[in-house]
Amino acid sequence: MQGMAESLSLAGALVLAADPDLLQIVALSLYVSLSATVIALCLGLPLGALLAIGKFRGRGGVIVAVNALMGLPPVVVGLIVYLYLSRSGPLGFLGLLYTPTAMIIAQTLLITPIIAALSRQVLEDLHLEYAEQFRSFCLTRRQTIQALLWDGRYALMTVGLAGFGRAIAEVGAVIIVGGNIDHLTRVMTTSIALETSKGDLPLALALGIVLLVIALGVNAAVHSLRLSAVRQAYA
Amino acid sequence: MISRFPFRMDALVAFAVAFGLGCAGGMASAGGAIIVQSTTSTANSGLYDHLLPLFAARTDMRVNVVAVGTGQAIRNARNCDGDVLLVHAKGAEEEFVADGAGLWRQDLMYNDFVIVGPASDPAAIAGLSDVREALAQIADSGARFASRGDDSGTHKKEVALWAAAGLDPQQASGTWYLETGSGMGATLNTAIGMGAYTMTDRATWISFANKQDFAVAVEGDDALFNQYGVIPVNPEVCPSVNAQAAQRFAEWLLSAEGQAAIAAYRVQDQQLFFPNAGAKLSDKN
Repeated sequence: MQGMAESLSLAGALVLAADPDLLQIVALSLYVSLSATVIALCLGLPLGALLAIGKFRGRGGVIVAVNALMGLPPVVVGLIVYLYLSRSGPLGFLGLLYTPTAMIIAQTLLITPIIAALSRQVLEDLHLEYAEQFRSFCLTRRQTIQALLWDGRYALMTVGLAGFGRAIAEVGAVIIVGGNIDHLTRVMTTSIALETSKGDLPLALALGIVLLVIALGVNAAVHSLRLSAVRQAYA
Repeated sequence: MISRFPFRMDALVAFAVAFGLGCAGGMASAGGAIIVQSTTSTANSGLYDHLLPLFAARTDMRVNVVAVGTGQAIRNARNCDGDVLLVHAKGAEEEFVADGAGLWRQDLMYNDFVIVGPASDPAAIAGLSDVREALAQIADSGARFASRGDDSGTHKKEVALWAAAGLDPQQASGTWYLETGSGMGATLNTAIGMGAYTMTDRATWISFANKQDFAVAVEGDDALFNQYGVIPVNPEVCPSVNAQAAQRFAEWLLSAEGQAAIAAYRVQDQQLFFPNAGAKLSDKN
């Protein structure tokens, strides 16, 4: 493991030097994965809530399917999005392949099932707790969902972080639909894959450490947001 | 509890849609850009980092490089997902042009393939100049050989060399013949990790940073010649192609200036690519 110490010091040097190329790559990683997380939350939370409180035929089947989709391999998502966005595909006229937008689409598809499946579990447990209260208030389904989402917001933050973690860590999808183009679609994970293929393992590992630090930063930010919100609520 | 609900779902969705459209609009403004579907060796060795600033100084168009294996690059270009193809598998390239997918094909530059192996040299091939003999010795000795196995230009060449040596390593797949199904760099990492021989283009090898105790074992056979070609994608087949810009880039590579720029690129004091464009630009159109 002589590489670890070298990589740690290299990672430190990279961060301290604030290399503009690295900053651009970090910024794009955050832009793509945070966008995908926000969009996936908009899609996944309502879906999870509907599955949590809904009573319809085939609900069990849908839940199993959504849970199974949590295991979607990123490279499969990348391939599907590629086939749609390719110039020869049905959405090729949009000209989105090899753009950050294509990467956001791929990551959104990848993590929406994760957010839907995890939020379904959170909200269903919460709903069991409050079901009688809701009935006594004669809430509509929409009001019930809003109340559940608001009351479960802290647990749902963790759900969002799970989605974000999956998005920022994956390489299989973004390398296919983004193309790892320098200064355009190169993100942290595709840089790591590139440096590995160049045999520059210490640099690849150093970039991996930087990525971990970024993920740590995002998690810390969400955690402090939550702490201050809780403090305010009980102030 | 319910009255405190601070945001509306539809507002969030509207935000997300606006966000998505915003970034789509931002991309549309990047006009005058072309995509080069390229083999990995030219990108991994840093050739584009050397060439593109020189080209950028002459034009305002942006050249975006997608570096994948030759097989995948050709497939992507057939799907119209590229404007210029820069790869190294002459047979497949000529087929691409013959099918009408490419406008024309021109030799651009060359280097050579080498077989690299561990210092212990279990098949005793170091210094051989006949690559067929070397492959036969590897097969006989049962020493491990890592193959790309990914339909790349290097893989096609390697398969052809085994056939020329009268051998079918596929029968030993998974024993001493290991198909990684990965790019050159990943295959080199695998080979070095396992002490296996492998075949690589010299540019990737020279610029590869994780050599450990590996060195070139076989080189110099004419059969190891590695020709790179450049092809503009046919705008009649792919209307989305930025034909003018694609031709301009391809022709710049083939011009005296582009060829000199290729020749000037050196890593560790070694020239990686040797320009050999036919210099007959007028014949191509």
